[in-house]
Amino acid sequence: MANPYIANTEADRQAMLEAIGARSLDDLFADIPDAQRDPPLHLPPPLSEPELLAELSTLAGRNRTAGQMTSTGGGLACFLGGGAYHHFIPSVVGQLLSRGEFLTSYTPYQPEVSQGTLQTAFEFQSLVCELLGMEVANAGMYDGASALAEACLMAAAVTGRRRIAVLDSVHPHYDAVVRTYASGRGLAVDRVTPTGPALLEEHACLAVQQPNFLGYLEDGDALAQAAHAVGALHVVAVGEPVSLGLLRPPGEYGADIAVGEGQSLGIPLSFGGPYLGLFACRQQYVRQMPGRVVGRTRDAEGRTGYVLTLQTREQHIRRERATSNICTSEQLVALAAAVYLCAMGKQGLRRVAELCYHKAHYAAERIAGLAGYWLPLEGPFFNEFVVGCPRPVADLNQALLEEGILGGLDVSPGSDAGLKPGLRGLGEPPEHAMLLCVTEMNTREEIDRLVEALGRLGGSQ
Amino acid sequence: MRGLADRDPGATLSFDLSRPGRIACALPELDVPAAPLPPQSALRGELRLPELSQPDLVRYFTRLSQRNYGVDTGFYPLGSCTMKYNPRINEEAAHLPGFAGLHPHQLETAQGALALMYDLQRLLAEITGMDAVSLAPAAGAHGELTGILVARAYHRQRGEGHRQRVLVPDTAHGTNPATAAMSGHEVISVASRADGNMDLDALASALDDSVAALMLTLPNTLGLFDPEILRIAEMVHRAGALLYGDGANLNALVGRVKPGDLGFDVVHLNLHKTFSTPHGGGGPGSGPIAVREPLAPFLPTPIVRHRESDDGYVLAAPEQSIGRVGLFHGNFGVMVRAYAYIRSLGAAGLREVSENAVLNANYILARLRGAYRLPYDRRCMHEVLLSGSRQKAKGVKTLDIAKRLIDYGFHPPTIYFPLMVDEAMLIEPTETESKETLDAFCDAMLAIAREADEEPEVVRSAPQRAPVGRLDEATAARHPVLRWRRGEEPDP
Repeated sequence: MANPYIANTEADRQAMLEAIGARSLDDLFADIPDAQRDPPLHLPPPLSEPELLAELSTLAGRNRTAGQMTSTGGGLACFLGGGAYHHFIPSVVGQLLSRGEFLTSYTPYQPEVSQGTLQTAFEFQSLVCELLGMEVANAGMYDGASALAEACLMAAAVTGRRRIAVLDSVHPHYDAVVRTYASGRGLAVDRVTPTGPALLEEHACLAVQQPNFLGYLEDGDALAQAAHAVGALHVVAVGEPVSLGLLRPPGEYGADIAVGEGQSLGIPLSFGGPYLGLFACRQQYVRQMPGRVVGRTRDAEGRTGYVLTLQTREQHIRRERATSNICTSEQLVALAAAVYLCAMGKQGLRRVAELCYHKAHYAAERIAGLAGYWLPLEGPFFNEFVVGCPRPVADLNQALLEEGILGGLDVSPGSDAGLKPGLRGLGEPPEHAMLLCVTEMNTREEIDRLVEALGRLGGSQ
Repeated sequence: MRGLADRDPGATLSFDLSRPGRIACALPELDVPAAPLPPQSALRGELRLPELSQPDLVRYFTRLSQRNYGVDTGFYPLGSCTMKYNPRINEEAAHLPGFAGLHPHQLETAQGALALMYDLQRLLAEITGMDAVSLAPAAGAHGELTGILVARAYHRQRGEGHRQRVLVPDTAHGTNPATAAMSGHEVISVASRADGNMDLDALASALDDSVAALMLTLPNTLGLFDPEILRIAEMVHRAGALLYGDGANLNALVGRVKPGDLGFDVVHLNLHKTFSTPHGGGGPGSGPIAVREPLAPFLPTPIVRHRESDDGYVLAAPEQSIGRVGLFHGNFGVMVRAYAYIRSLGAAGLREVSENAVLNANYILARLRGAYRLPYDRRCMHEVLLSGSRQKAKGVKTLDIAKRLIDYGFHPPTIYFPLMVDEAMLIEPTETESKETLDAFCDAMLAIAREADEEPEVVRSAPQRAPVGRLDEATAARHPVLRWRRGEEPDP
């Protein structure tokens, strides 16, 4: 069977070999040592297009996924968050992203034929600045966690200091990525609590998450003050950017660098990626920012156009002295976020945020009223909250799954993302704890079903 | 919105089209009682996002797309970027609800996805001739950082943490030295010889027990396969260092040569290059790394393991993992596309990929040989390096030639890279282009060479047929305007 992605026919190949002056295709590979050329390659036999689709549909069918706001559909009612969120994606996002001119282009090194990518990147930078309340933003990073890690490296470069402080309520995966990146540069990472151990004059930054990993709001002003008091930068990560439809943006409480995970903004859950790192900072640090940046300019006839700019920060110019090694990032995903933010607009994002907030509080209040369940943490939260449970979370989640409900993340002490004593006045953490997430996709009927099931499962011990 | 005849469409952003009260997406009403909001001090004031109707929004972004050039619109011979055709079936596969709707914290209900990742790990191990694979890195440079951190952890575990230097040939992509610096290494540049191969004497004198790794791109960015590769690997290993492979140019070898057989210890792959996933204007990519067995314990978290007890799959942390490099498990959506690509081609199909990629590049070389200088006049692999130095002598720069190609309807090649070749043009046609397309491109290149002789001003003033002319990049960098501002707001 011919390869559908290759145009050359046998006649073409012969004609081309003749033009080249080679006898055979093998001739072209003569620089490769004979013994290493054409080893056995054990791959499954090729599949035709219908066979391939059948194979992949079978694999996809072995997964169970969140449904689309329906009480009768086959999908699961999803109450799982913890860094990735089940939000509605307007149809226009996917439709516009499938335009081949966007999809099949690359880094806009030739601006004359890349104005689509460049202008949408400029849109994205502008939208991110508005959302985070910051002065400048780049065109996107791999994901929220690597964006936070790059922010910490940047803080070290700005301050000339070699210790990073990460607040203990930061998502454990974000913390882990910060540690990996920091180890590369030989920077020390300290996990700190709001009450101590105190920040030191050696700290380049204090990295916090808002709302924090458990969904609760940190006191941004106080944390900024603590960071600035020792001359450290205040770095804020927003893991759930829909919260910014309602909550004060980092730029308004002293963030010097604000990063975020853009997945909530029109990007499918897709088992963890591709996602999108948001990255913004104060104007004064723009030349130390990592990643691509698009600027506005003009051509000789005065027409407005967009170009990659401040490229002397980047690896292809500066090589080992670049601010980061980042090259290919998440441009198409940034376009998705730009389309999403335009589609939601001023009113829509606020509405989505309010729906998340009120539904989450409705769920929390009802669950807190169940025998055996309680809310161990106090204070305002956005759309995630921790529930103390009467039984192991794994058991509860298994039982919930049988009823078509995807339960929350297990944050019991000892689990991968487990609660640690001392967190936000938590005292001794509950033995069994679940991080629940509610979004605009959860109908009241779904929430009531969750509450009813938890009540039944909790009482049956 | 202004009409198609708008002289300056770039001046209008979504913010400028915004009118109070418009919406592009209808949202549900609240169906639960409202809760008290957090204190006012925690709430935001104005949220200055644009307000557009849905038709205006669709038209705005559609028109922007029309100001873009992609593989779908034409030939895109950007060297070292492998701009091959992106099969549409792979897009459909990635969008299947069972993949696109899957939450990363799911495990027992995500066995199909984990099975795919496990299989992809094995397929890539087989293709590269390596022992273990991590799919976690999100792009090529991310894979480099991961791979070099793995190499460093390996050395440290053997008590060789003093290996602080990374050797990088002068032909390397900028990401290589940037990666080496980011992972805490000193970068030592190794020169190439006049024939484009590595200078083995220079290598020998740079290799000592302070060297952690040599980062090598094969074929190199001159489009040449270094026939001394086995010797290089031996020298590197004898010095106790590791051989790192930058897989950006794997399209030249895929299906015919396994990097593991050549002596590489770590390689990263670019699924968005060799394995056909769309480049998206600059991502998403995916940059898996493949390693030999002794380095496997250091791979990042998580990798997918098979669970014998119930034939299931789990996410696991390798024993001495360098830790996490990303938020979750890597760019799964890209993995689905690459997996679909490998399954659709099989071993013979992959071999056809590199054969035709190399054939196409050599055909361009043969056709353009007389008109442009060949800095390395020998068989190339999947990309051909030309120099515009002859034209420059007549006042036409490579930049002009690139811009003139736009007028002929083609995307320009990579230019001014590799850095040590004067007026470089790196042309990578890929296997998916037809002989007709290659001929049309070569005809255009030959015509431009003639124009450079006879009417250089035509070339120097190009492009005339693009949405905008050459843009003032110097002013853009000196006085950066990096975001939209309201009319009355000054830029900083």
